[in-house]
Amino acid sequence: MTPEALFAQLLAHIDATVLKGLFQVGAAVAIALLVVGVSRVRGLALEREFSIALVRGFIQVLVMGSLIGVLLSVQYFWSWIILVGMIGGATWISKNRGDGLPGVTRVSFLAISFGAGTVIVAMTLIGAIESTVRDLVPIGSMIIANAMKINSLALDRIRGEVISNRDEIEAGLALGAPPSAVVTRHIQTGVRAALIPTIDSLKSLGWVWIPGIMTGMILSGENPLYAGLYQFVIMAMIFAAGGLTSMSSSLLISEHLFTDAEQLKQIKSDESNADAIE
Amino acid sequence: MNPDTENTGLDDAPLIETVELTRIVEETTVVDSVSAVVSRGEIMAVVGPSGAGKSSFLRLLNRLDEPTSGTVYVDGEDYRQFSPRILRQRIGLVPQKPSLVPGTVWENAVRGPKLRGEPVPEERTYELLERLDIADYGTKSVSELSGGEAQRVALTRTLVNEPDALLLDEPTSNLDAETESHVEKLLQEIVTDFGIACVIVTHSPDQARRLANRVLSLKGGAVSDRGTSCEVLSR
Repeated sequence: MTPEALFAQLLAHIDATVLKGLFQVGAAVAIALLVVGVSRVRGLALEREFSIALVRGFIQVLVMGSLIGVLLSVQYFWSWIILVGMIGGATWISKNRGDGLPGVTRVSFLAISFGAGTVIVAMTLIGAIESTVRDLVPIGSMIIANAMKINSLALDRIRGEVISNRDEIEAGLALGAPPSAVVTRHIQTGVRAALIPTIDSLKSLGWVWIPGIMTGMILSGENPLYAGLYQFVIMAMIFAAGGLTSMSSSLLISEHLFTDAEQLKQIKSDESNADAIE
Repeated sequence: MNPDTENTGLDDAPLIETVELTRIVEETTVVDSVSAVVSRGEIMAVVGPSGAGKSSFLRLLNRLDEPTSGTVYVDGEDYRQFSPRILRQRIGLVPQKPSLVPGTVWENAVRGPKLRGEPVPEERTYELLERLDIADYGTKSVSELSGGEAQRVALTRTLVNEPDALLLDEPTSNLDAETESHVEKLLQEIVTDFGIACVIVTHSPDQARRLANRVLSLKGGAVSDRGTSCEVLSR
């Protein structure tokens, strides 16, 4: 589809409802900008990243909203290609969080593919995700996005752990210990920290947080009990995919942290670099 | 003959011999063609100003870093012939910061065999803790230790591996004069009694004079002087 055609399609969708939506976007953005301002005042240095994420998210969801009809009308086979593309995008975003860790792109791709892929394939095979484009693409994308989020959190935390505990890790290596043993404690901390938000979401499911899928199903006339059960299935899938992803990425990244001679590699932004002279 | 063996009177084959050991990091030569030998029962001090490459040299001996060129011979064998784990058990490094892990003194002392999944040599560990005057601290949390006590736990942790050589990176830099003197005495006893080779990095010429048989002086990563401690430190 050419950009002109896409733009024409976007214009064709603008009506009173869209204008109302734009007003709501304005209100939400105003509040978000307040957060950006507070971030600046408090020196969190998140303004740029937050602003880019806000604009990117807005454009992406708008484009997707316009294309979803087309997307959901493709042949079933294409939904798997779309999911692979989403894994590629998730890898690209997630690897930035672990920037500086050796092999981070490869590790992110393998971990998200394995974590999200295993759950999507398994749940499709047993019928929990219907083999249709309109089920597989949105639910698959949700699982991939959460796997990406957990992978990013795990890598970010592992990088921080390794940088701040470099002395301890090298003291362990200096004792003749295997790299996997000296780094285990720090890897576990990373995985645990990455899974906390998902575990909390599961804990609060149904009373602190009433999720969208369940609400949508009930509003569209589905049996509320079934809607609740299905929401739980979705959450369990997200948890399983996240757990598999973070455990795989941590396992893979721990192997990339060391050279063949079992020396801890330098990690970018490692200020306490032992390679400094002296 | 390696220049380091001249005028030392030592007939023993060296335990550690470095040959043109060099490490370059991002176009900076941190260790520049350093050749040196250390024999069993001997203490060699490595001295020099800040940034001379003393600690970098020590890390190369333990193979925590990889030499860019040159190598190290241990008992006459190129140290790349050994697996890094075996090499590091034989050539034990005590880092400048003790880097103890949360837990008790005992847990830290036996960390080497524990991490390797080997049986803990309990008798040897008790003896070492006793020798280093921390036997009563076995169940004490390391968070309650003074700097000197923590340093002694780090020393015990390395000695539990029964190393052939001990590499010490500024072992008394954070200690008061009394504790420093105590640790120095312990080191001399350990080197003599266990017959191990010792390389000690120090910024203190006085400590080098008190402890070492020989001194290797580094400047800008290269050897600037070498000889007996009296010779080098009087120049």
